[in-house]
Amino acid sequence: MLKTRIIPTLLYKDFGLVKGVGFDSRRAVGSPMQAIKVYEMRGVDELVLFDVTATAQGRHPDHELIDELADECFMPLTVGGGVSTIDDVYRLLQVGADKVCLGTAIIEHPDLVDEAAGRFGAQCVVVSIDTRSAGGGPAEVFTRSGSLATGRDPVSLARELEERGAGEIIIQAVDRDGTMAGYDLETIRAVSRAVSVPVVASGGAGSYDDMLQALTVGEASAVAAASVFHFTEQTPREAKEYLGTHGIPVRR
Amino acid sequence: MPLNRVAIIDYGMCNLDSVRRAVEEVGGAPYIVGDGADLAEPDRILLPGVGSFADAMDQIGRRGLDEAMSKEVLESGVPLLGICLGMQLLAQQGTEGGDVAGLGWVDATVVRLTPTERDRRIPHVGWNEVDPHPTATLFRGIEPGTDFYFVHSYHVVAADPADVAATTPYCGGLTSAVEHGTVFGVQFHPEKSQRAGFQVLRNFLAV
Repeated sequence: MLKTRIIPTLLYKDFGLVKGVGFDSRRAVGSPMQAIKVYEMRGVDELVLFDVTATAQGRHPDHELIDELADECFMPLTVGGGVSTIDDVYRLLQVGADKVCLGTAIIEHPDLVDEAAGRFGAQCVVVSIDTRSAGGGPAEVFTRSGSLATGRDPVSLARELEERGAGEIIIQAVDRDGTMAGYDLETIRAVSRAVSVPVVASGGAGSYDDMLQALTVGEASAVAAASVFHFTEQTPREAKEYLGTHGIPVRR
Repeated sequence: MPLNRVAIIDYGMCNLDSVRRAVEEVGGAPYIVGDGADLAEPDRILLPGVGSFADAMDQIGRRGLDEAMSKEVLESGVPLLGICLGMQLLAQQGTEGGDVAGLGWVDATVVRLTPTERDRRIPHVGWNEVDPHPTATLFRGIEPGTDFYFVHSYHVVAADPADVAATTPYCGGLTSAVEHGTVFGVQFHPEKSQRAGFQVLRNFLAV
């Protein structure tokens, strides 16, 4: 049976790992190389690595840095942040990314999804749909590191991106990012039901039970988390033990 | 001299760096080959790959890699391991992007996964168990049911059950490894499957 993945997310900025709240006020949490070596030793299922300032600074991904990091990474690696051209996708795959994550590009030039999937296969094209829910209302899609409202509904956008060739969808609740207040279960479930590609829940995990909720109530295929692993004693291994005892298939 | 010169075939479509690093980790001496003329009597050949079957065959043909690999594999008996799309290319025919002829070294076709009620999400992404055939060379020293990392939408359907080296329970069951003489293929990514993946590569170098 396919195992449910527990995915630590590493955010980096100027060579250091950071973690913030609501995509803002980020604190330094160490060196990416060190974190990758630790996760490698612990045998985590997969890693997601985001350059959080590339888009805002109009930069392309730092493929030299990714090249160095990927050399120590014998687990699946998804890389995102600043990916805006087909050449960005190609270079990241070439230096060792297994999957490339498109964010702002999915709204600003969605043809990149079709192009990347056509050339490299849907299996390596991940899209991150970043959402905010103003005052508890329905979730809306944001781009540019969660700063720009698009007026788009995440479900219809997810369907469109699947149609274009996205092989996996990360639902990232910007307004829950770093809060450890739980995932946006409603949006995750709505998107999971609307598409047939895997859906990864992200943003808001504060406990193992939050992950369980995302997988059962939210019907997600995998869960990603950052703060819970950076700032608490909780670990991916214990998360798996907890989920395993609650009937979720996990890799031991 | 140890038989460890490993040619990694480059047709411009894949994450060669991960494969190269993994080969180094298990004691091989990798070199990248992007043109048939540079194959230079390898001890082993690795054929990695992601992307579309048709584009891959087109690139392999343009670079003269098909003829060069054929000569080594079929005439000299150099062991070859196809990974992911590389395993699929060993088949006679792919159906991704229309019917396209593959390398044809394993009697098989490549078709899209068919979702089932339990396994409805495609691509097949993540860790899943591999149940090797008891005599499979690639899985020596690996517990049956060990999880490996998969990321694919198409799979190989072998005509001869004797070529099936391992299966994986997803979408009704898929062939996750083939062995036909000195031609090997794995649908999962050994270079991304940590300890068990390294063991598969070690077994391949020891063939």
